[in-house]
Amino acid sequence: MKAGKTLPNNSAHGDMGPPRVAQTQLCMKVFVQRDYSDGTTVKFQNFFPPELEGKLERALFENTIGQLNAYFREAEKGTCSTYCEGCMACLTAYLMYICAQTHYEKCLRKVAKFVQEQNERVYKPKGLYLTNPVERGLRVIEISILDQPVVSRT
Amino acid sequence: MVSADTVYLPVSVDLPQEANHSHEKAKMTNVTRKWELFPGRNKFCCDGRIMMAPQTSVFFVTVGLIVGTCSLFFAFDCPFLAVRITPAIPVVGAVLFVFVMSSLLRTSFSDPGIIPRATPDEAAYIEKQIEVPNSTNSPTYRPPPRTKEITIRGQTVKLKYCFTCKIFRPPRASHCSLCDNCVERFDHHCPWVGNCVGKRNYRYFYMFIVSLAFLCVFILAGAVTHIILLAKEDRPYFEAVKESPASVIVALVCFFSVWSVMGLAGFHTYLTTSNQTTNEDIKGSFSSKRGQASYNPYSRGNICSNCCHILCGPSPPSLIDRRGMVPPEVWESLAKESTVISNNRTYGAVPHPPQPQVNGLPNQPDPKQAMPSDIRCQSSPQQVAGAVLCQPSAQEPGCVRPSVESPQEILLTPTDFIKNRPSDLRDAELDLDEVTNAVANLSASRLRLLQDTTMIESALDLDSLEESVSSIDTGSQAGLLKPKEFP
Repeated sequence: MKAGKTLPNNSAHGDMGPPRVAQTQLCMKVFVQRDYSDGTTVKFQNFFPPELEGKLERALFENTIGQLNAYFREAEKGTCSTYCEGCMACLTAYLMYICAQTHYEKCLRKVAKFVQEQNERVYKPKGLYLTNPVERGLRVIEISILDQPVVSRT
Repeated sequence: MVSADTVYLPVSVDLPQEANHSHEKAKMTNVTRKWELFPGRNKFCCDGRIMMAPQTSVFFVTVGLIVGTCSLFFAFDCPFLAVRITPAIPVVGAVLFVFVMSSLLRTSFSDPGIIPRATPDEAAYIEKQIEVPNSTNSPTYRPPPRTKEITIRGQTVKLKYCFTCKIFRPPRASHCSLCDNCVERFDHHCPWVGNCVGKRNYRYFYMFIVSLAFLCVFILAGAVTHIILLAKEDRPYFEAVKESPASVIVALVCFFSVWSVMGLAGFHTYLTTSNQTTNEDIKGSFSSKRGQASYNPYSRGNICSNCCHILCGPSPPSLIDRRGMVPPEVWESLAKESTVISNNRTYGAVPHPPQPQVNGLPNQPDPKQAMPSDIRCQSSPQQVAGAVLCQPSAQEPGCVRPSVESPQEILLTPTDFIKNRPSDLRDAELDLDEVTNAVANLSASRLRLLQDTTMIESALDLDSLEESVSSIDTGSQAGLLKPKEFP
């Protein structure tokens, strides 16, 4: 599983912005799966993937996942204000959704911001890249190991 | 690795390459948003703002019935009732009508909660995790287990692998065979609203059903009152009917539809209060079987909080970014996907060797031999676009096979390779034209054709075994029915 040759054009770890798709496409990826033990609310497993051993501190990984889980818990929690929002939308025959942003969407913006910040602070310097789980349908958190090519199975 | 029984074939293009080019230039401006490359069978309108099931004819019947009946009511009954009883009647009727139509359109036109398909990398990762270790050694191929057991609040739930979406379906999700998507908290596919009913549009659907029941009763009462009041004016009954034939039509339509609509509203009220889906209710997922106690692990405890959460809770986002712009690089993954789809043994498990160097080009290998998928993906997008993997054994009539399989159609000259190598980030912008051309070339219908002809999902997506067992247990044939027939 561990390392083959490093990719030739992956010298640009430190630069800002997400790496090009072409760049992340050919590297090894680790996927953190969903944790369904509490029902269908969005929650990711806090289990440290062995592929990341030596590339990322366990505490940093757990912090990221914990934070993401907290954001999604907040987004899906049934508080008074979200119920009011739902009722208002219903009373306006759901025409409210045309102009107003929902609580969930606001939380997703926070998630996107958090992922970007984590990438810049923690993951990019270590040659890793965290993909926003929304882009993967909230099924998985994809962590690309940029300097490790895919190991073909034979 | 691409298995040996698949041959890589270019599809013959009707027009010669030069003539095609200008044609594609025009087309290329069209393929800019992700919905145009959406792998399911859904129909999109208004540049991706509206999505519906592939067949929408019944939806127009629904709209026609509601609008027709209501306009008859407003034209013939309301003026009379407003004068004779109260002007509030047309107002209440109009409010109900607007609510019904708005919730109907929202149900039909929104994303029901489609789970996007796995990227090739993710599929490969899942494959690797569930692989049976000895399967490579044994001569007969033994497929890895296709179910995963997890525990939700103490209740064991089986997750099934979806061969189309390349994912383990989340709990409560199911694959809609009509739309060809996995839908979260799948309720049923409703032809009357022309869409699946799932996590994201269940509340609209429920409000539609309930408000429609009220509207039906309201209009029926209005029409009957109209006839009775006319008849009261010392006229024979048929004279009254003759005076207002529209009321009779309206009353008849409402009379026949009110029973089914009210029944459905009641049924969905029961489902909502117990936090179940139609799918789970029909399958009897939470009924006790073989003496094992079974309960609904998704229920929030009491009726009130179940209703609140389902009808007014936070509304989940659409996970398919259908209005998003297509990045030019997406083409590459698409090319990979098409190899994945047609390859029924190694789906998803496409290896990606390190990026080949220019001097590392294969020296004109035998075209019959499977090329490493990586080289294919890195090659000229135009050639990839025109190429489809076909199963030679296949009976598919739609897959056009050219008579000549000349190597130069498949293989690339080194100059081509250098020119079009998309991994070179500096060249990426220059390549954009050609890449987008390629995307235009690969129409969604071609991908669909692939899926239709390989028949993988239609053979395996049927929820097997577990459901039939449960239906025997509950002694009902209902479990064998797929809930899509449900209105």
